[in-house]
Amino acid sequence: MIIAYIVISFLIGVALFVNRNRIINYSLVSLFSVLQWVFILYLYHHRGQDATGYFNADSLAILMLITSGIIIPPAFYYSYIYFKIKKDQPRERGMYFSAMVVLAAAISAAYLANHIALMWVFVELTTLSAAALVYHRRNVRSLEGTWKYFFVSSISITLVFIGILFLTIALQQEGFTDLTYPALKKNASSLNGFWLRLTFIFIFTGYTAKMGLVPMHTVGIDAKDKAPSPAGALFSSIVMNMGFVGIFRVYEIISRTPLKEWADTILLVSAVLSIFVAAVYMMSVKNMKRMFAYSSIEHMGIAMLGIAAGGIGYYAALLHLVLHAITKSSLFFQMGQVYRIYNSKSLYDTGNYLKYNLTGAMVILLAFICGTAMPPSGLFVTEFMIFRSLFESHHFIFLAVILLLLTMIIWAFGKSIFRLLFTPAAGFNEAGMGKINPFESVPQLILLGAVIYLGINPPVQLVELINESVKYISY
Amino acid sequence: MTDILLIIFAITLVFMSIANRLGTYVNILFLQGLLLFGISFIELKEINTLNLAFILLETVIFKTIAVPFFMRYVIKRNKITREAEPYLPNFVSLVIVTSIIILTYLLSKTIQDPLLNKIYFVVALSALFTGLYIIMTRRKVITHVMGYLVIENGVFILSIAVGSEIPMLINTGILLDLFVSIFLLGIFINKIGDVLKDVDVGQLKQLKD
Repeated sequence: MIIAYIVISFLIGVALFVNRNRIINYSLVSLFSVLQWVFILYLYHHRGQDATGYFNADSLAILMLITSGIIIPPAFYYSYIYFKIKKDQPRERGMYFSAMVVLAAAISAAYLANHIALMWVFVELTTLSAAALVYHRRNVRSLEGTWKYFFVSSISITLVFIGILFLTIALQQEGFTDLTYPALKKNASSLNGFWLRLTFIFIFTGYTAKMGLVPMHTVGIDAKDKAPSPAGALFSSIVMNMGFVGIFRVYEIISRTPLKEWADTILLVSAVLSIFVAAVYMMSVKNMKRMFAYSSIEHMGIAMLGIAAGGIGYYAALLHLVLHAITKSSLFFQMGQVYRIYNSKSLYDTGNYLKYNLTGAMVILLAFICGTAMPPSGLFVTEFMIFRSLFESHHFIFLAVILLLLTMIIWAFGKSIFRLLFTPAAGFNEAGMGKINPFESVPQLILLGAVIYLGINPPVQLVELINESVKYISY
Repeated sequence: MTDILLIIFAITLVFMSIANRLGTYVNILFLQGLLLFGISFIELKEINTLNLAFILLETVIFKTIAVPFFMRYVIKRNKITREAEPYLPNFVSLVIVTSIIILTYLLSKTIQDPLLNKIYFVVALSALFTGLYIIMTRRKVITHVMGYLVIENGVFILSIAVGSEIPMLINTGILLDLFVSIFLLGIFINKIGDVLKDVDVGQLKQLKD
């Protein structure tokens, strides 16, 4: 079933690439959305924990797949609006949707991969398709963004591969050859500590480029800024979750060995540094898309804190990732509308958004409340649980530093958002302003409503999926 | 025999740190490809023929012939000047690359592993860090790609050290990765060459905060 899904998705991608007709393009894209959901529902009912093949639909994969299933159809919808307004060439439209479908399929396959090298191959594939999306506008700046994204991603993916080689050395010493995750988890405790340490460091550093943590966090910022808004929404939600899955699966291997505390320290330091970097840049950055990208780095840091602290933090971290993905993607979708009104992403050129687009302003305000984790946002609940787990694991100094940094982030974020909403824009000519249909914002409002609902009253199935995902490390 | 080849490989890294012209870099990459061919030919005799043929193809056709040829083509087509333009003086580069090799050697002293041939580990990690160092200290975009190729060569040495345990699937993955990344990087350099007059990183600094 999984192989069939991948093959069909790539066929749809190829068909989109060669096709020039608008109607066929949209029907293929809709077909892919339907396929995605059929596939997710099928896997949900056939999920198993300990398969031995190359793919395995375990709970973590299903959880992330459902998140991507929620985000991808609106991303297609807003891409459709983007192309309707831009009147782009059919060739570029075909390439864009093709890259998006391949990206979505490769991410799904990376979630589901049961073999550590196979996951690596699919992550590589996401780099390629994402680069095509970043390069979509074909000007000097998008070229620069693409170049940086592609080059640093290639190096980081090489680091992951080196990590896999070290793991192979460790396995050979004990006479194992199986590189599937369940086998690795089973044999982890007998492996040599030196090689396991190198494995963890290299794979963690490599996947931070995808997840958006220090040290490789810079990759995603330019990509999210230069790509069209719907693609930026995917980069800051499901691509980041893919990086998390990569790190988490290696962490699971480490978690049953004596190296667990050492790995926790690395995660903790990286998370705190990420929040620090996000706070510093959010105070000064004037481009709104880049600001949202830095806010994503902050949230990834918070999720990693939950993993490092343990206890209830495991549950909270996964729920945090899901809710953050939904919040941040709706914010990026809204950014497309903001750009259509002002033709700029800079804070200097925007303002009085409440007057020009009332529903859009509501989305921005609600997304701000959700994104900075104020009640009633679901992120409030998860952040609260993560702080509690930090408190229970006696990381008081870290907790104090993080709370201070978060206050700075809320202040910086709020300053910019309120400036966008309420202060008049300098030198803005209302006459040439684009018109926005209020109903366009409805999917964003639904997504944000889901963030609030899922945080306060998570369905039994969701809780069950998350608990099954962290069952191995939280024993 | 492989020890000699690996030591020559390490010497090429040192030589790369003080090379001035882009042509020298390409020649070094060519030489490294040949060395990798020799190492894999001697070392991997026991694995099955198909896999061996595949690896030899990768080293000879790809690393020794295709990539240097492609690099020369890119340099010529974009009229890139011959100087490598490092940020640091050559003497500093020499000291840093030498100390990288010494440090990885000291690190390898801490390993207690009878199965692993430590010289592979030393040379592979040295290539990795030298590649990163070259990327950090050179101005031109094309030298960044060359640094990336040095990293890939290091990875290749490490994967030979791991030996015949790597199945065909992963091998295919390596080749796919190399192929796609190098050629896409080349295409991007060509694109950058079309848009910008002189290809160095100085012009790729518009995106920042």
